[in-house]
Amino acid sequence: MNGDYAIQARGLTRQFGPLTAVDHVDLSIPRAQIYGFLGPNGSGKSTTIRMLCGLLLPTAGSVEVLGYDATRESEKLRQKIGYMTQRFSLWEDLTVLENLRFIADIFSIPAAERTHRIDAALEEYHLADRTEQRAGTMSGGQKQRLALATATLHEPELLLLDEPTSAVDPQSRRDFWESLFRLVGQGTTILVSTHYMDEAERCHRLAILDNGRLVAEGAPKTLMDDIDAAVIEVEAEDTGGAREALSRLAEVKSVAQLGTRLHALLDRATRDPEAMARTALERAGVAAKVELTRASLEDVFVAATLRSRDGNGGPQPASGKAS
Amino acid sequence: MISPAIGQSIGRIRAIAAKEFRQLLRDRLTFGMVVGIPLVQILIFGYSINFDVRNIDAGVVDLANTSGSRAMIADLQATQVLRIREHLQSPGQLEARIASGALSVGIYVPPDYERRKLDGDRTAVQILVDGSEPTIESVVRGIAAPRLSARAGIAVPDDRLIEVRTLYNPEKRTAVQIVPTLIGVILNMTMVLFTVIAIVRERERGNLELLITTPVKSTELMAGKIVPYILVGLIQTTLIIVVGRWLFDVPFSSNLFDLYLAACLFIAATLMLGLLISTLAATQFQAVQLGFFTMLPSILLSGFMFPFDGMPLAAQAIAQVLPLTHFVELVRGIALRGAPIGSMPGPLLKLGAFFVIALILAALRFRKRLD
Repeated sequence: MNGDYAIQARGLTRQFGPLTAVDHVDLSIPRAQIYGFLGPNGSGKSTTIRMLCGLLLPTAGSVEVLGYDATRESEKLRQKIGYMTQRFSLWEDLTVLENLRFIADIFSIPAAERTHRIDAALEEYHLADRTEQRAGTMSGGQKQRLALATATLHEPELLLLDEPTSAVDPQSRRDFWESLFRLVGQGTTILVSTHYMDEAERCHRLAILDNGRLVAEGAPKTLMDDIDAAVIEVEAEDTGGAREALSRLAEVKSVAQLGTRLHALLDRATRDPEAMARTALERAGVAAKVELTRASLEDVFVAATLRSRDGNGGPQPASGKAS
Repeated sequence: MISPAIGQSIGRIRAIAAKEFRQLLRDRLTFGMVVGIPLVQILIFGYSINFDVRNIDAGVVDLANTSGSRAMIADLQATQVLRIREHLQSPGQLEARIASGALSVGIYVPPDYERRKLDGDRTAVQILVDGSEPTIESVVRGIAAPRLSARAGIAVPDDRLIEVRTLYNPEKRTAVQIVPTLIGVILNMTMVLFTVIAIVRERERGNLELLITTPVKSTELMAGKIVPYILVGLIQTTLIIVVGRWLFDVPFSSNLFDLYLAACLFIAATLMLGLLISTLAATQFQAVQLGFFTMLPSILLSGFMFPFDGMPLAAQAIAQVLPLTHFVELVRGIALRGAPIGSMPGPLLKLGAFFVIALILAALRFRKRLD
């Protein structure tokens, strides 16, 4: 076992009948960091997380979580991990306090400490004035705070969060991430899956998943610096015409529109992407401003998923942004 | 001394039971079902299931029309079992009226009634019975045979020679037979439904995905889930006993302790049946369907409605697997015959075995995994 890593997986694979949901994923997740899984729906994020906490058995491969074999010793892991499901999974017909107390009892937190910990959690997650409210009547953000409060009540070493912010407004998301950084500061390892680029950018490290495969891995900044593509930004009145002109180029892998601007990914090998785009646009008679720009995380995501799909089955037509 | 591990385990069971109980109290519909189902059932069954048959519609074709034949018909009517509604002209008409459902019984007196009466070896009167209604058939057979032969003047054995005496329920009141066994039918219905829903609902709402990542063990989860419902079952048992006594004069005179003991065992067995079903079902809808699927054979094959001895062997074998069969046997012994529970080890052991086997199967089926 390696003490520096909270999670190590080798060749992790999971099949559901003919469908391979997770395909030979290798992971090394360092302790006391926020590690992100970025990928579209159906990319295998949830399945991977479920295998990591022993909810699903891998079809092949090995997982070591906090030094335990996650498949055979999952019961020993229970006290050490906190899991927040994608969907709100606390009891909607119980109050905030009843939910917290129930989870505290399930984790055998001693009665003396229970009150103290629950009070601290209520304070930390701004739920102190809602103790008697039924969980089902709360807003998305409140439910999510309650879910995080219960998932951390037993002070787990590893926190697994499956798309925790999908039903939450932006302000609640900001607060939520503040809470995550505070937990990391206390030494907790956090694995969070998301399909929001801005959230992914906040992670210490990131794994990009697509069709069950790990297509890119690293710190967000490194991933953006080392992107396997050239990125140009095109500003034009006639965005439709510009888009058409750019899409015709073999070097252009993807075009996405942001208001009046177009974001295009070109082959990294392209010698002078700016000039090439200008020529193509002039030839099509589209007036446009072209400049080389720094890759965003979304560009990294698009480039990585395109590359993996190219490797899979021939080139794909240039398309808009991945969902 | 209790080891810390066992202490924690008990703590978790208690937490689940308390949560379950709280949810039960909050769910107004389910809570209403706890009291509503037994009340409605006992009223429906108590008043409607009635084997004391009276006033069966009958038609007469009296082709003899002698004083003897008229007296015989008057005699039949006097029993109040039959009510003569129609006088018809031919056996053909009689059959047609029975076929159409207007009459249940037809009495045919042939023209040579008086002669046949004197002839020892020929039947004097024919009674046609609508065989599609089983109780009517047997009732008519019962009342008609001896009276007719006596009236016909045939040498019959003295009917005082064989006396039929009904034990334990001398007035032959159906309620006395039905209500104690109704405890079983009602518990069977509510217990299976409640537990089936209790687990599947958590799976559907996503609660289970959270619960199985906690240190809760599957046996603790199951134990915590059934404890509140044992209490519910005992409340329902009490309700049926009180209503049965008050509304239907069912004695329940014998040992109430034995009755509750049997009820406890039966409740545990049906709760396990419910849990077992819930481990097989993916949705609440499926669970309820499966629950009903076990309910009908229980009611029909347990001996609650039809005598167990008359069933084909295959049906008897199926009945042995159903907990209700054994509880009906127990409750009839305890509540009607006043037998001590210890005198019936057979059904006791079978109920216990059912509980243990269902527990093992449910625990094997219920894995703390999603796949």
